[in-house]
Amino acid sequence: MAIAGKIPTRKYLRQDRLPHIWCPGCGHGIVMQALVRAIHNVGLSQDKTVIVSGIGCSSRASGYMDFDTIHTTHGRALAFATGIKMANPELNVIVMTGDGDASAIGGNHLIHAARRNIGITCICLNNNIYGMTSGQFSPTTPECALATTAPYGVIDPSFDLCKLVQAAGASYVARGTAMQARMLEKYITNALKNDGFSFIEAIDQCPTYFGRKNKLGDAYAMMKRQQETSVSVSKAAAMTPAELEGKQVVGELWNSPRPEYAKSYDQVIAKAQQGGGR
Amino acid sequence: MPNQSRVLMQGNEAILEGALAAGMRFYAGYPITPSTEIAELAAERLPKVGGRFIQMEDEIASMAAVVGGSLAGVKSMTATSGPGFSLKQENLGYAIHGDIPCVVINVQRMGPSTGLPTSPAQGDMQQARFGSHGDYGIIALTPSSVSEAYYLTIRAFNLSEQFRVPVILLTDEVIGHMREAVSLPDPSELTVAERRKPTAPKGEHKPFAPDAKGVPTLPNFGDGYRFHVTGLIHAEDGFATSNPKLVDQAVRRLTNKITDNIDEIYEAEQREIADADIVVFSYGGTARAARRAVRMAREKGLKVGFYRPITIWPFHDEMVRNAIAGKKAVIIPELNLGQMAREVERVAHGTTTVIPVTKVTGEILTPAEILAAIEEVR
Repeated sequence: MAIAGKIPTRKYLRQDRLPHIWCPGCGHGIVMQALVRAIHNVGLSQDKTVIVSGIGCSSRASGYMDFDTIHTTHGRALAFATGIKMANPELNVIVMTGDGDASAIGGNHLIHAARRNIGITCICLNNNIYGMTSGQFSPTTPECALATTAPYGVIDPSFDLCKLVQAAGASYVARGTAMQARMLEKYITNALKNDGFSFIEAIDQCPTYFGRKNKLGDAYAMMKRQQETSVSVSKAAAMTPAELEGKQVVGELWNSPRPEYAKSYDQVIAKAQQGGGR
Repeated sequence: MPNQSRVLMQGNEAILEGALAAGMRFYAGYPITPSTEIAELAAERLPKVGGRFIQMEDEIASMAAVVGGSLAGVKSMTATSGPGFSLKQENLGYAIHGDIPCVVINVQRMGPSTGLPTSPAQGDMQQARFGSHGDYGIIALTPSSVSEAYYLTIRAFNLSEQFRVPVILLTDEVIGHMREAVSLPDPSELTVAERRKPTAPKGEHKPFAPDAKGVPTLPNFGDGYRFHVTGLIHAEDGFATSNPKLVDQAVRRLTNKITDNIDEIYEAEQREIADADIVVFSYGGTARAARRAVRMAREKGLKVGFYRPITIWPFHDEMVRNAIAGKKAVIIPELNLGQMAREVERVAHGTTTVIPVTKVTGEILTPAEILAAIEEVR
């Protein structure tokens, strides 16, 4: 294991579970790497960190990561994670979820985890498609795009997950892309440092089902497009809505610390034990 | 009884007190009639003992949070009723499949669907056994008094930890909302099962390797074992497998760990069965009326016995078969259209006449109604 010595983040992956199941060109591995580097940057204890995932391609990440890991039911990763954090607030809890998992079947849990500002870092790997079931449209599939369940083009407007989560009350919100992996690592690092609900939208590519169906080229072409359509927060501030059409704003979109939920509950405990309440 | 305090309490209150006595320290809930008092009391009482309560955004989330809380090492529970119980089934199946202990209280109300939210029923008996998809074993207990609700809640936690399985306390609106005197024991007199910890060193321990009883020893999250839990069929190391032999072992173990240990899990009350011509088989709130009907029948000189399963799942075929063997009839009063009568009929297998006494009006069965059914058997 000479390589392991050179790559400090290698120890965070279960080498015996690799290679992964993701398709050639898939962006999920890049996002998982960014997370692992961020965990290393922050210095989270490997024994006190839990990775929680839902169902879908991205949610397979938990099995490859050498922590306590749980691959839960479809859409419910944040609800499981909430129970873990509340039962043992000392644990660092990280959720890895996909666009369909987080915003369709799990949309309610996303809103309420953000509203509570519970100490969970949620990384949504957004590849705009249900990949595991081979290419159905998700709430983040762009309008007019093709999918197996939208053979004439999607008529559902797509979700801006960062706006949703910010409005719901998350204290840290950022968006990055697989193409700009070092930036993504920086945002995840800051997210892990935030004591509250942090949300990272990691835009990545599914060349197999989204790219091919929509003639977007190979993974390289799709990643190049991620870069071309990205606009920084500062640049976006000076742009009109028309100019921002078809672009995504990347960067730290919201960073506004407020009391973390499990810590607020500590005050409930203190109040109850002092004989407060009804 | 020097170490006991006698208090008047509601069934739902007794359940929460029993849970606290059993060491429950995490509750995730969602309001639903007629179980809501349990959540309200959990919210009030848990922080006083250093525990934590959370009201989740829905029934599905509350079941998920309970599973998460348990994996984090804390005895966890939730309470619900019919519609909420339906919504919990997927994550309940997850807990079963992941050998994750937890307790789910179902204060049954009249269904189907929204039904009659404030009326008693026993319509979730089969759902408690088969509500989640796939094959598995589960434990469900049915109290028929407030006092028994207290003790069975403690037992539910104990069985849950011993067999690493969700345990359903399958009660009903009658017991949940009734007030009775309960003798609360001194906590030191109670038997409380704690979670077993792995003995094999980190790196060598297989979280899903079964012991002689078929029960694995999972570490808790944060213990440093760094293990994986998945809803996919998994091997003893916790990782997904589709190896047919391992899949077969994994699925059968979930049923066998319950059925193989049935004598440890099962409890039933039996009265005057030996000389009886007729056996009344009844459980939960309805058993109170049934017991009275049996007494009235005996006073009239009728030879009637009483069989009350306290553990309703697993169903003890052999014990029920022995109790009804050679009898003229077995009468099964229940607040549904014969859900447990199906089980008794299966066991009787045509050798004893099975007479369901069903009621789905949203009202309880009366002793007179049950007595009338007894008197009809001649």
